[in-house]
Formats: sequence, C-alpha cells, structure tokens
Amino acid sequence: MAYLGVLPFIAFTGLFLLYPTWNVISGAFEDNYGVRSTAMLKEIFNSPIARTAFGNSLELSLKTALVGAVFGALFAWTLATGKPGGSFYKISVALSSALAQFGGVMLVFAFLATFGYNGLVLTLATKYLPNSFLADAGWLYSMNGLAVLYTFFQIPLMVLVFLPTLENLKPQWREASDALGGKAFEYWLRIGIPVLTPSFLGAALLLFVNSFSAYATANILINLGDYLTPLQIAIALTSETGGSNPAEAKTLSFYMVVVVVISMSAYALLRKKVSKWEQQR
Amino acid sequence: MKRSIGVRLWRWSIISAVAIYLLVPLYAMYDFSTKPFGFADQGRTFRAWQMIPTQQDLFPAITRSLITAAIVMAIILFLVVPTAIWVHLKLPALRRPFELLCLLPLAIPAIVIVVGIAPLYRWISINLYESPITLAGVYSMLILPYTYRSLSAALDAVDIHTLAEAATTLGSSIARIIFKIVMPTIKTGIVNGSFIAIALVLGEYTISNILNFKTFQVVIAQIGRSDGNVAVAVSLASLLFVIVLLLIIPTKKRQGSVLDVDAI
Repeated sequence: MAYLGVLPFIAFTGLFLLYPTWNVISGAFEDNYGVRSTAMLKEIFNSPIARTAFGNSLELSLKTALVGAVFGALFAWTLATGKPGGSFYKISVALSSALAQFGGVMLVFAFLATFGYNGLVLTLATKYLPNSFLADAGWLYSMNGLAVLYTFFQIPLMVLVFLPTLENLKPQWREASDALGGKAFEYWLRIGIPVLTPSFLGAALLLFVNSFSAYATANILINLGDYLTPLQIAIALTSETGGSNPAEAKTLSFYMVVVVVISMSAYALLRKKVSKWEQQR
Repeated sequence: MKRSIGVRLWRWSIISAVAIYLLVPLYAMYDFSTKPFGFADQGRTFRAWQMIPTQQDLFPAITRSLITAAIVMAIILFLVVPTAIWVHLKLPALRRPFELLCLLPLAIPAIVIVVGIAPLYRWISINLYESPITLAGVYSMLILPYTYRSLSAALDAVDIHTLAEAATTLGSSIARIIFKIVMPTIKTGIVNGSFIAIALVLGEYTISNILNFKTFQVVIAQIGRSDGNVAVAVSLASLLFVIVLLLIIPTKKRQGSVLDVDAI
C-alpha cells in the first residue's frame, strides 16, 4: 500500500524525464520512419561535420572545466579562509549563485558590452592599445572567445560546489601538521591536496557536463549550426526550411549521453577506489 | 590566526583576478546601457533604461516566466517534497533508487530532454493548447537534483520519524503529518529550493527557445536584435534583481550544500 504514495511522482518523472530519455535512446536506433536501423548511428559517427562539432564541444568543455575548476577552487579557498558569514562571504555566495545561472542571452550581452563593437574594453583598447587583439571584436566569436564566456559561469558554479568541501576540511589537520613542524606547502602537498582531489575532480566533472550541454550562449553569440554538437542538435530538430531530421537529433543526443555516462562512470570508479583507500587509512 | 604576508598576497591576487573577471563585464553592461545612441562618445543617457517600460513583448513574457516559476514551485511543494518525506518515512528501501532518479537530470543534458519531449510537446500544443505546464514540467526535472540535495540535507537534520510517530499517536492523518508537521520543520530547505527555481526559470533560454515559447530570455534576445542598449539594460536589471533576491534568502550557511558533489 505504501508504494502507492510514490505513484504520482513516478508518473510525473516518467512523463517528463524517463520518457524523453527513452525516446532519444530508442530513437537513435531507428530511422525517420520508425524502422529499426543503425544507419543513422553509423552515418553520424563517420560524418566529418558531426565529428568536428563533437571535437569542438569536447575541447571547449575540457578547457573551461579545467580553468573554471582551478580559479573557482582558489576563490572558494579565499572565501573559506575568510571571515565566515561576513559581508564579503555573503555577497560572493549570492553573486556566485546568480552568475552560475547567468549563461545564455544575458551573458552574451554582457561580453558584447565589454569586448564587442562600441564596448567598454574595445573602446579603451582602440585608444590605447590599437594593435592588440582586444581592439577587434573578432576573437570573441572564436573558440577562445567562447571559452572566456563559458568560464564566466563555470567559476561561480565551482565556487558553489567546492565551498562546502573546503569548509569541511578539519582545522585539526592543519594544527597537527604545524605542531609536527610541517610547513604550509608541506601541509597542502601531503594533506590538503590529496584529501581534496576526489571532490575537486567530481566538481570539475560537473563543470564539464555543464558546458558540454550548454546551448544558449553559443546559439546567441555565433549562430553557426555546425560549430558545437548542441547547436547541431537544435538545427536538426527545428530546421525552419522544413528539413528537420528528428532521427539525426536523437542520434547526436544519444552520443552526448554516451559521453556523459562514460565520464560519470569513470568518476564513480575513481570514487570507489578512493573510499577503499580512505577506509584503509 | 595571523597570516603571513605571502598568504595575504596570494589571497588578494586571487580575489582581485576573479573579481576583475566577474565584475568588469557587469560594469560594462551599465556603461553600455547608458551610452548615447550611435557612436557619439560623450555624455550619459538613460534613454535605454527609460525605454524598458515601452517594450511591447517584455511584460507578457515576464508574466509568463513568473507563472511558469509558480507552477514549478507548486510541483516542488505538492509533489517532490511530499514524495521525499513519504520515502523517508515509509519506504526506506526506495531511498537509494529515489535518489538516483532525482540525480538523473545531472547526467542528461537539457537539450537531450528537449529532443525527447519535442514530439509530445508538439502533440499537446496542436491537440490541446499551448500552456506553460509542459515547460514547467521539464523545468522541474532540470532542478530536481538541486531540490533533492537541499531537501535531503534538511530531512536528515530533523528526526522526522519521532515527529511522525508522536503525531500518529495523537491522531494525525498522514496528510497532516506531511503538510503541517514535517514541512514546516524543513522550511529553509524548501525556501532555498524555490529561489533556485525562480533563478532557473528566469534565466532559462535553451528549452523555451527550441519549443518556441516566448519566455523572458527569449524576448530579451529578440529585443537585442533591434536595440542592443535596451537589451543590455534589461539584462542588468534582471541580474541585479536576482542577486538582491539571493541576498535576502534566510540562509544558515546552507547555500553551498545545495550542490554537494561529494554525495553524488
């Protein structure tokens, strides 16, 4: 009888989460007429356009996850070692929660207002540094430009995710290390970094998935359907010329899910090893 | 604890580097939105800000987004929270599967969910009517992991079994236990979850754009195509609104734990 209580929730998640997921996975093994076939899987796998987009997506996600994770972790460290509950801490956390959701339309406008034509930095750069890359807005529309934009929401996300871990670091460990004559860098090298590494990697993975699936920013900024996989999916799904190709959208989505599942399984394996090691200590 | 000069130097260089990176674009938005029209270099004008109220599509879109946010919050309050409590109280065997189900959206990119739900959505908007309910359903799935995190942290902090037993002994019905006794004790978790819902719904673009639903962000993008200054002004205003909203949340240092990766 008690199981009846979860039925509404199961029905709801079934409709809005499990059904779409299943639809994508099963759709990847069908053609546009619902006939079972792996033709589309093979076609996409061998398509140079899809491969380039996938490569771009992976490169962008790896870069921004790494940069975002490092800077976010460092910033989180300054928060964790600062005055807890002070106004700097409070404002930083609130700002981070807002900016972590900032991807998309508003982010693009913010960077166009900064580095775009007639933007703040561009105006200054044309005056004082006319030969630098900042004096031309072109770089914003490249891989590096996208990476700079993505990092803008990756750093705050990392701060949010990593702060609790840093706050759980026991001060006693530092005291013990100090009492035994350890220097600051020895504490970080032998205690701090090894203890934090699994959580750091977990957070970096979350950042990776976050930018891997980001669509809005790139869609508004470059509007080139072939550049990243999410853009390609959207084009295949909604092509306005009537050439929409749901099977292609589903297959591309399926490959995205495969990448995420592989990286998450790798992380789960790593965690398992770590928890074994933690028990043996 | 006294800090050495080296550590202090480190701290300040990190803080200033990140602060410059995060704050310069925000300042640039203000600068851009008060620039005179065209390429004139002189003076400030609040023309763009004054034009915000004259935008035809903006206010219906904000209303639409807020209605969607309200539906998402209702789904959290009347479906997700009661189910989480129910599982905690009555079905301990289902706790692990329930957790996995709630964290599943982390592994499925939003665009994939759109691809999967597009046929259903199209069918609903052709045969029934275009309503924000489908959109709210998808959104509530997207924030499910965050909601779950803040809820389970809050539920673990209170001994709800004892509360429920006491209430049952005194003759409470199960609905009363869930809505009148347990839910008030985990208010902070629920409030946090709701604020995240508002932030997400106001900032979401991917799904509504692909499903052709004119929400706040979709309309900002549309304004951006005709008048960049106004679009930047609207973006800055909404961002400041969200930051103020997040500053006034009653938190007890709970904020960060909403997204605790250690438990994934």
